This record gives sequence, structure tokens and C-alpha cells, in this order.
Amino acid sequence: MPDSENCCQPKEVQQNDYRTDKQPAQPCCGHSPDEKPGFARYPFVTDWLNTAAGSVPLVSTRLVHRDHLGHWAMRWGIGRSRYQITPGLYAVGQPDPLSPVLVSANYKLSFDCLRSAISGISAWILVIDTRGVNVWCAAGKGTFGTEEIIYRCQTSQLEKLVSHKTLIVPQLGAPGVAAHKVKQATGFSVSYGPVRAADIPEFIAADMQATVKMRRVTFSTRERFILTPVELTGMRKPVLYMAVALLLLGGIGEDYFSFNAAWSRGLAALLAGLTGVLSGAVIMPILLPWIPGRLFSAKGALLGIIFSTVLILTLYRGTSLPGLAALYLFVSTVSSYTAMNFTGSSTFTSPSGVEKEMRISIPLQAGALLTAGVLWLTTAF
Amino acid sequence: MKPVGLRYLKNVTTLQLDQSKCIGCGVCEKVCPHGVFTLKDNQAQVVDGDACIECGGCALNCPAEALQVQAGVGCASAIIKGWLSGSEPNCDCSNDSNCC
Repeated sequence: MPDSENCCQPKEVQQNDYRTDKQPAQPCCGHSPDEKPGFARYPFVTDWLNTAAGSVPLVSTRLVHRDHLGHWAMRWGIGRSRYQITPGLYAVGQPDPLSPVLVSANYKLSFDCLRSAISGISAWILVIDTRGVNVWCAAGKGTFGTEEIIYRCQTSQLEKLVSHKTLIVPQLGAPGVAAHKVKQATGFSVSYGPVRAADIPEFIAADMQATVKMRRVTFSTRERFILTPVELTGMRKPVLYMAVALLLLGGIGEDYFSFNAAWSRGLAALLAGLTGVLSGAVIMPILLPWIPGRLFSAKGALLGIIFSTVLILTLYRGTSLPGLAALYLFVSTVSSYTAMNFTGSSTFTSPSGVEKEMRISIPLQAGALLTAGVLWLTTAF
Repeated sequence: MKPVGLRYLKNVTTLQLDQSKCIGCGVCEKVCPHGVFTLKDNQAQVVDGDACIECGGCALNCPAEALQVQAGVGCASAIIKGWLSGSEPNCDCSNDSNCC
């Protein structure tokens, strides 16, 4: 290895070097020259800047394979609570005291989204502690909030780092942040940035003016689609309970309880139930704007009726009349309930609206489920 | 206005604007992600109340306290949990950036 002497020899690390144009430390032989005993370095940290506010990690704006892998895992809800980074100051590009300060959450997906959107820009990133939750959710809970921003401004010695008095806070952080109170406490005024990190370069170039489009939340087909895996994984427990209940109920018949019937009738019913889950948790989110009605539960029920018909025309030909009725009621109820749960992921539902929807729908769903169960049981006798 | 398919229930929002307190700073118009407000003659106006998702950003940022809204999470499972436990709905937010 001809390069080994370049990377494995102890390198002189100039602690007071303010230049940012030097070669980023390349990890080689398992260690990089700026490692410190007792500290693990995030893979996206390329260097350290020595500033008046102390040593600040410089981060890469390029996402690598392992970032994408992590994002994919998040979409499936795997390891979600551990996907966070340490709050505090980070740097991008070659920031100086005039560079903007962008406030972000310590959910790594949010942080990655931000750093990859601002490649070519020099900025400071103030990551606040939202316990690994994204900006909008955390703002709703108040963890992306006034107190936390004030605390991070003070502990990070921001006033020593920059000569200006502006923080760029994501617009979706507003439900947790009272801009005028941050200003009172820290002297920093909050400038609400665009909804999407991708618009930040244009926002900064326009002297921190956002267009109307930048200020609006969307819910495109793609945005809805990427939420569907987590909708499915969220249904794991209910599906398990449903499977147990259907296998038990399926066995009830003229012989009191038959394992054969539990298996054949139970599985057939489980397939219908899973069709309902797929309809409500995946198909309904994707087709959402094109399904008539405003109640998510009604949209789900409508899709459920369509899927029941498909099942009857294919796998369940020759089912008796009560069996057909049970199938229609069961599939559309499951679909309706799972679709109703998608209100939590949607960007345009209000708590008052969801509560109203639930007061209308839950009694209907409960009634339909009960009727379906009774009808299904009668077919066994 | 959003496409019809991406609109939710009408006449349910708890958002209230006390016009007499409004100082016309425009922060509500800025923070609202659904275009509920417009500034006209230096006064905020609710032009699309049915688009309100009750996130509470406008009320929290209004320096004149002219806005009131019962903010919360619009999430069915959270509301069920709230009903069952008798507490405020609280979403566990295991979702990604678009989550409730």
C-alpha cells in the first residue's frame, strides 16, 4: 500500500487553523487524523472548524449509500427512535460570521434532508434537541420549541460565532416556536424559512423572502406513497390480534370447535382482512384525492367495497348470501378503519375534523364488524 | 386553494381571529402552511378557514394575541388513545417528515 505512509503516520493537526480549504480528513486504516480519544465521529463530519464559539464540526452535503439505507429503514419504521444526532452547532461549506444560521431538528432524516439541500452554500446549522423527532411533529408537541431554541442559542455561544442577529427556522416549526419570545430572550430574530429544505438556497438568494409556493404544504402522490410502508408496519399488532380472533372464530361450528374449520375458514377470513388492510393503508393513501368523499373512513369503505367485489369474483366464487354480506361488511370496515388512521400522516386534516370523523365512523365500523361476525358464524351451521 | 381531493371537513375549525387586536404584522400569513390568512389593508383576514389544520403556529406567533385555536394533533390513533386514557391526544410520531 503506497499510500499507507500518508494516512497512518501521525499527522500534524493544527488546532488553530481557521482555513476550510484544506483537504477533508479521509478515513483510512480505520482512523482519521482529527479523531479524539473517547469520541466517535459521525461519518458525515469531514473536518473541524475552530471558531470563537469553539470547535465546530464541518459536515458533508453529499448523502452516501449508508444514509440512503438509513432513510429506507426509517420509511419502514426500523430503528426509528435511535436515528438521531447530537444537538449543537454544525457547519456547511466555508461559513464565516456573516453566514446564515439554519435551525433544525436532531432527527437524522431531517438533518440529512437539510444538509443535502444546501450543497454549495456556506451556513451554520443549529441542531436542537427534539428527541429524534422531525420538525413538524416535534413543533406540534412543543419539543421543537421556544425554550429549546433559546437554550441552544445560549449554550452554543451563537453571538460569538456570527455578527448578525437572525435565525432561519423552518416554517413548519412555527407551531412550537413563538418568534417574538425567542427575540426577547436571545436578541435573535426568527426568520421563517420555506416548508421544504430544497427551497432554502432560493430563499437565501432572495434575501430571505419566500414565495407563496414555498410557504405551502403539499401532499403529492409521491409524498403519500412513501408513507405507506410505515402505515403497514403500524398495523402489525392489530393484524396479529385479528388473525388470532379469526382463527378462533373460524373453528366454531356444528362440532363446537373444529381445527380443520379454524384453518380453512379462518385463513379465508384472514385473507379478506389483509385485503382490507392493504386497501386502507396502501391503496387509499395513494388514490386519496381521486376517491370521492371527505371522510377518510368513507373513502376507505368505498375502496373496501370494490376490493370485496374483486375477491368475490375471483377467489370466493359460490359463497352463500350471508357469507357475501359478511365479506362486504368485514373488508370495508377494516379498510375504513385503516384509512381513518391515515389522517395522522396527512398534511391537511385538523384535530377537530378528525374527532368529528371518528364520532361518525367508529360506531358504524363497530356495528358493521359485529354484523359481519354474526353473519359469518351463521354460515358455519 | 388546494385541489378538491385534498380538502378536509368544512366548518370544524376552532380558529378565531379577534380583529380588534390585530396589528397587521403578517406573521400569521407567513407561518400558515395552508393559506388560511391574507393581509388586507394592514389587517389579517381569514380567507380559507376550512383549510385550517389547527396546528397553532399562527396563534403562538401572534404578538398581539389576536388569534385563538385549539391546537393539537389530527391523528386518529392519538385521539383514540386520548379517549381511552382520558388525557390529551398525543401522537407517538413514529413517522417521517410528513407525519402528523
